[in-house]
Amino acid sequence: MDTANITSAQYNSFEGQNASIQATIDGTEMSVPLDPANRHYAEIMRQVEAGTLVVAEAD
Amino acid sequence: MSKARGLADLGNVYDDGALSNRNLIINGAMQVAQRGASFTGLTNGSTGYTLDRWRWSEGGSPSFVTDVTQDTSAPDGFASSYKIAVTTAAPSLGANHSLRLMTRLEGQDLQQTAFGTSNAKNLTLSFWVKSNKTGTYIAWVYNGDAARHISKAYTVDAADTWEYKTLTIDGDTISGFTNDNGTSIQLEFVLAAGSDYTSGTLATTWQADNLANRYVGNVNLVDSTSNYWQITGVQLEVGDTATPFEHRSFGDELQRCQRYYQEVDRGSGIIAYASIAYISLPYITTMRAAPSFGTTGPLALNDARTNASQTTAHVVAYNANTSGAFTQMDNFSPSLAVYSAALMRGNTGNFVTLDAEL
Repeated sequence: MDTANITSAQYNSFEGQNASIQATIDGTEMSVPLDPANRHYAEIMRQVEAGTLVVAEAD
Repeated sequence: MSKARGLADLGNVYDDGALSNRNLIINGAMQVAQRGASFTGLTNGSTGYTLDRWRWSEGGSPSFVTDVTQDTSAPDGFASSYKIAVTTAAPSLGANHSLRLMTRLEGQDLQQTAFGTSNAKNLTLSFWVKSNKTGTYIAWVYNGDAARHISKAYTVDAADTWEYKTLTIDGDTISGFTNDNGTSIQLEFVLAAGSDYTSGTLATTWQADNLANRYVGNVNLVDSTSNYWQITGVQLEVGDTATPFEHRSFGDELQRCQRYYQEVDRGSGIIAYASIAYISLPYITTMRAAPSFGTTGPLALNDARTNASQTTAHVVAYNANTSGAFTQMDNFSPSLAVYSAALMRGNTGNFVTLDAEL
C-alpha cells in the first residue's frame, strides 16, 4: 500500500495554540509541523478530510 | 566519443542554456545515504525513502520482498549504485501491484524547461543500469501539477552488465510546472507492474494520466529470488543531448540532499523540569519546508554537571520553520538541575531526524 499508515495523531499546544501534531506514521513517532508543504501534514489532512483519521485535541 | 562530437554536444548544451548545474537529479550517483546504506525486508507497507532522494515504492498489497543496498558495483567513474535484490518472489502480480524507484523534483527548479509554452524544451534522461533480468523496462515521468504523464521504454540487453541508456523526454507545450517548492516532476524507474498499469497503450507522448498506459511492457523483476536491478549515474537535463554525468563533490551533493532530510545531534537550551529540556535546534542548511521531527533513538544532554539520556526517545517541535525550531525533549534520567543550561552532547550515536521530503 503506497499511502502512509497513521495510527495516532494529537495536536501539541504551546502557549495555548496548536503548534504541531504528534503522530505515529508507519510505526514511527513524529512531530509534524502545521505546514501544508510538509508531506506528513498534507497526508494527515487528506486522511482527516477523507474521514479516516481524527486529530485529537491537545492535552 | 570523438573531440569533434564532444565539441558539438557542448555547443548543443550551451544552446540549451546550461554548462553547469545541468543535472536536475540530486544524488544521481547514489553517493549520499544519511538514513543508512542497507534496507532489508522491504514489502507491502514499506514505501519510503532509502538512499537520499530515492524512494522505494510499492503499490497494492504485494507479497514480494526486496532488499535495498548502496552497492559498490558501479561502472568506471562511479563508486556507488542503488541495488534492489529480490528476496521473496511474486511470479504473478495482482492487478494493482507495482514496484518502482522514484525521485521527485520541485517546480521552482524546472522553470527553465519552459513547459506549458510553445517553446517547451525536450529533456534528456541518462543513466547506467545493470540487471540479471534482460528485457523491457519503463521510465515514467509524471507532471504532478497537471496530472499528465509520459513513459519511455529502455531495454536491458545483456545480463549482469553495466549499460548506458539515454532517453529523450519530449517537451510538453500544454502544461507547465508551478513555480513553488512542491512536487512537479515525479520520475520513476518501474520494476514490476500489474495489469492495472499495463493493459493499455504505452504513453509515449505527454497525455492526461491514465493508469493503464503507464508501464506497458515492463518485465516482472520480482518473479524470481535470483533477480536484482542496479542503477547509478542518473542525470536529467534540459535539451536533446545526453552530456557526461555531472559529478559534484560529496559535500555539494550532501548539502543538496539536506534540503530534504538531515540529522542533527547538537543544540542548546534550558532545563525546564528535572527530566525535560527546551532546546533550540538550528538546521544544517535551510530546508524545503518545515520538517517533521523524529529521532533515531534516545538522545543525550547535560546541564554542565550531569549527563543524562532519554529513557524513551521523544521530541516535540513547536513552531518549526525552514531554518530552525524550538523543541521539547522529555524522559531524561538522571534528574537535571532545573533552569540550568542544557547542551545536547551528541554522544549516543542517535540523532534528531528532520524530514522535508517531497
